[in-house]
Amino acid sequence: MKSIVIGVIGADVHAVGNKIIEYTLTNAGYNVVNIGVLSTQEDFIHAAIETDAPLILVSSLYGHGEIDCRGMRAKCIESGIGDVLLYVGGNIVVGKQDFQEVRDRFMKMGFDRVYPPGTPIDEALADIRRDLGE
Amino acid sequence: MSRYLMIDFGSTFTKLVAVDRERGEVLGTAMRPTTVATDIRIGYRAAFQDLLADIGTPVVFDRITACSSAAGGLKMCAIGLVEELTVEAAKRVCLGAGAKVDLVFAHHCTKAEIRQIFDKKIDIVLLAGGADGGNAECALHNLKMLGEGGVRVPVVYAGNKDVQDEVAALFARYGLDGHIAENVMPRINQLNVKSARDEIRTIFLKNIIVAKGIKKIEDEIDEVVLPTPEAVLVAAELLSKGYMDEAGLGELCVVDIGGATTDMYSVCHATKRSDVILRGLEEPYAKRTVEGDLGLRWSAPGIVKALSEEEIAWIARDTGIDLRAETDKRFADVSYLPEDEAGETVDRLLSEMCTYKAMSRHAGRMEEVFTPLGMVYNQSGKDLTDVRIVIGTGGPVIRSKWPAAILAKASNVLRDTAELRPAKPDYYIDEDYLMAAMGLYARIDPLGALRIMKQHLRQVH
Repeated sequence: MKSIVIGVIGADVHAVGNKIIEYTLTNAGYNVVNIGVLSTQEDFIHAAIETDAPLILVSSLYGHGEIDCRGMRAKCIESGIGDVLLYVGGNIVVGKQDFQEVRDRFMKMGFDRVYPPGTPIDEALADIRRDLGE
Repeated sequence: MSRYLMIDFGSTFTKLVAVDRERGEVLGTAMRPTTVATDIRIGYRAAFQDLLADIGTPVVFDRITACSSAAGGLKMCAIGLVEELTVEAAKRVCLGAGAKVDLVFAHHCTKAEIRQIFDKKIDIVLLAGGADGGNAECALHNLKMLGEGGVRVPVVYAGNKDVQDEVAALFARYGLDGHIAENVMPRINQLNVKSARDEIRTIFLKNIIVAKGIKKIEDEIDEVVLPTPEAVLVAAELLSKGYMDEAGLGELCVVDIGGATTDMYSVCHATKRSDVILRGLEEPYAKRTVEGDLGLRWSAPGIVKALSEEEIAWIARDTGIDLRAETDKRFADVSYLPEDEAGETVDRLLSEMCTYKAMSRHAGRMEEVFTPLGMVYNQSGKDLTDVRIVIGTGGPVIRSKWPAAILAKASNVLRDTAELRPAKPDYYIDEDYLMAAMGLYARIDPLGALRIMKQHLRQVH
């Protein structure tokens, strides 16, 4: 069973979506490692190392996702899990921004998948299966 | 008539406590220097004669049991993967088993690190790494390093359970004294202490006390059953929880200052608040931490090292004490007992520092986080603010003229709101030095042990 680390990054305490993601991915047959709200980049990375998770799924609902996610790929590389898949989704930026630009910015930061607000988790699940070669 | 004798072979003193079960009271106590360097039985016999003199009438004991922290106690090396996760979990298991954790390694071990296991005379290695189903490569690498490094001391594997078979094969291949226990962290942030702790205890009783020359005592007594700090932890938990109809004291902390270490125990839940978000590894209900650099004799220089030049100068100006000279004196003569007020004052000052620092490392932290949803409290470690009872044990506290002043340093004297120290506790001392003995006696008669502890605690102001 493959492990997926999920959690809500930064000073963000939105717990509802986090539970829905846990429920959906668990039902889909993954070992979901939910580190919960108020999680730092290090919390995600440490959990991924200990559980040998090939994927980290970061949620950010309060608009500060860009600041919170900056440098995360570099830290993964430093921690020896440079090839881990990084997904991010939620309300990751504030204001009405063109999402294609936002996506590009997060891709440049080293994220593999970037989801706009309102994306159903099932959509991400299809990507997860593809990216994990299932 | 059922009478029991409990012995605590400490690093400095051998302490005896005799109990009469029917009368539910202590018959007598005695204390002599520990003689493990020559023959542990010499000090015991001398203390036993003192005890008989103290009791006054001849007495036959139904059972004689002991705990030990003599000959350096139980020295362990904890190895894990990530510092905040399996490394921390492994460390906590060692501490809960009554060990001193002299070496801690994270990630892939090097040859130089493995050599330190020999240099530091480690007694047992605890090897963890990976949640169940998670990383196994690192623990297997470290096990190979232990094997290739020729480590002869027992190795307990308590990592990812997926590779237990490979681990067993490597134990056999390298001829290691290997033992397998349940994973100390089966899931992220979940702590699983019991299995590995029991394994460590078994090894301690079967091998370590033989190697240290403590086993000899079993010619004259029934058996050595626990490392001393674990006996104290058992006693603290019993005293807190109570037993059957006999109520316990509720949440409490115990401060045990010794010559070599300062041990801090807390028996309470991590938090009672519903408005905080806990982070980090799960906290044990009965938790022990030990500070190997804080003690009044062997570790006295460590106390000074933790201070800045300015602080040492402040102390010299305010009290006229040359802290460096005083701690060097204590380190050079570990059996030193203060003879005058000045000497006692120095010991008090050092005890206060030990208490303050040890609690600083034991208590949890609270961080206030401003979020778009308002203020959120983010807690790591244990919240001791509601703990109303702080108990002092160990010679430097119970023999001091100022036990309350020393124990008060466990509370939030500097009003640091981030540190979750006991806010307004009452202070007690284990006046007759019974806690370790009662941890042993609790195995025979928990109700009796609880009642005796309650009777012999004295409140200090």
